[in-house]
Amino acid sequence: MRKFDTKVQDLKYRVLREVAMHAWKGDLLESIHDIPKAIVPGNEPTMRCCVYKERAILDERVKLAIGGDKNNPNVIEVIDIACDECPMGGFEVSNACRGCLAHRCEEACPRGAIYFDHHQHAHIDKTKCVECGRCAKVCPYGAILDHKRPCQRACKIKAISMSETKAASIDNDTCIACGACVYQCPFGAISDKSYILNVIDMIKKSQNNQRYKVYAIVAPSIASQFTYVKLGQVIAGIKALGFYTTVEVALGADLVAMNEAKELAEKGFLTSSCCPAFVDYVEKQFPTLRDHVSHNLSPMGAIAKYIKETDPTGKVVFIGPCTAKKAEVLKDTLRPFVDCAITFEELQALFDSKELDLASMEEDVLDNASYFGRIFARSGGLSDAVREALKEQGLDKEFELKPIACDGIEECRTALLKASKKVLDANFIEGMACIGGCIGGAGCLTHGEKNRMGVDKYGKEAMEKSMEDAIRVMEIGGSTPDIRKESALFCPLEPQD
Amino acid sequence: MLFIFVCIGSSCHLKGSYEMVQKFEAAIARYKLQDEVVLAGSFCLGRCNRRGVTVKINDDVYEGVQVEAFDDFFKEHVLTPLGRKAE
Repeated sequence: MRKFDTKVQDLKYRVLREVAMHAWKGDLLESIHDIPKAIVPGNEPTMRCCVYKERAILDERVKLAIGGDKNNPNVIEVIDIACDECPMGGFEVSNACRGCLAHRCEEACPRGAIYFDHHQHAHIDKTKCVECGRCAKVCPYGAILDHKRPCQRACKIKAISMSETKAASIDNDTCIACGACVYQCPFGAISDKSYILNVIDMIKKSQNNQRYKVYAIVAPSIASQFTYVKLGQVIAGIKALGFYTTVEVALGADLVAMNEAKELAEKGFLTSSCCPAFVDYVEKQFPTLRDHVSHNLSPMGAIAKYIKETDPTGKVVFIGPCTAKKAEVLKDTLRPFVDCAITFEELQALFDSKELDLASMEEDVLDNASYFGRIFARSGGLSDAVREALKEQGLDKEFELKPIACDGIEECRTALLKASKKVLDANFIEGMACIGGCIGGAGCLTHGEKNRMGVDKYGKEAMEKSMEDAIRVMEIGGSTPDIRKESALFCPLEPQD
Repeated sequence: MLFIFVCIGSSCHLKGSYEMVQKFEAAIARYKLQDEVVLAGSFCLGRCNRRGVTVKINDDVYEGVQVEAFDDFFKEHVLTPLGRKAE
């Protein structure tokens, strides 16, 4: 029963759990400074040079768990004192270089940056090197090593550099909050801010959903998570935390795919708008393509908007794999619909802060969306869904879809570059910042080969086979949003028994 | 005026919310009740069960309503309160 991929995630989780436990109890303010000691008791350091540094860093982690630095607009933050200031020289020739005859490294280098000393040992001229890594790939001894920091290597859009103090530093104007660095930093020195306190507060003040209802909307990638129990038990757990009910974001995805297909057929060229990190990337790096980003809300936004139309006093909490969603919900376009976003990591911490034993719970159900809405969670799923949506709406005759499913931000970059030069051989860009799609998100508990299968399996279990069928319920009574609002306001809040 | 909410949460969805909605829409049209009834969906009315769909009419919540028993349900809880006779 493996909960996390790494010890870093586990540590972050323990901090979140402690913070949540005190928040439920209502004594967080008094006990906030005791949390580091509760996590690192004794005098023997287990992670750093001494327990005092360990606790000092934990203090910083607690700060992030309660919302982080209010003056920093980015949802991703560096914990300066946790950064190990890893060496960062880029590609270097190690002493495993044998001074061979072949000199493949020299041949492979496109910039002529490799030179040799009188022992025939290779060296790299840093003024010429562009860090392409071809020399490292061809060296028969593997003697050329990349000394790039893991955070920098993870950040494919080059938003991370070294500060004067040698700690990692994030350029907020470039960062898209995808969280790749958060997951990759071996010291856990970069982390996403947490809004679990807002969630706990929302639940507590709802007084068992009597004053208002708190809806959880979960991303379809949940099918690849919490695999130590059944999905139905996770849904039961969410209810046990105090949420009123859980709704699939995949239903929003069904709606988005249907609308996006229409928009695509009209405009002739479009990029997806589901992945907030991708959208942010387009806005920051390819402003000329901004108008080609689908004008649809993301699936999260679409389902949240619908919930707020049926229940205007309701609160909506997004639970997913994504750190960039935390930034997305702060946007003016989303703020009216989604009250808060948390990750699966944080959901695990919330479960354990209430000591819920999911395995012993009776299974609840989660079923609204279609197969296609659910496979949005993995790379290629959105393109499949748009193809199906064109078909279901009879648009496939007049419009021929040529999608390109970009798996990871590097592929997105390539496609966007081509599109900006008008040489892209595709009319629909599916942009996913994380490798594998949402199942590769930084807020996932675990990442692995099986996750894609998990999502597909979950997709096939959907009762509704077509998107059209799935979204029928959203058009009830042919009612306009105005009528819905009026009637929903009339709907008195239901005390739960 | 009657406000009818059909639960479209997961549990009721699996029990046939949409068929229920269709029945309501058809019946409302048949009896020309458009001005007297507002039909809307709601994510979960808090009475999940394994028997049928939850329907809320003004302040009253009816759980386990089955699609097969729709006509009787509609007569008792919609037509009668509105002073109409079933055809």
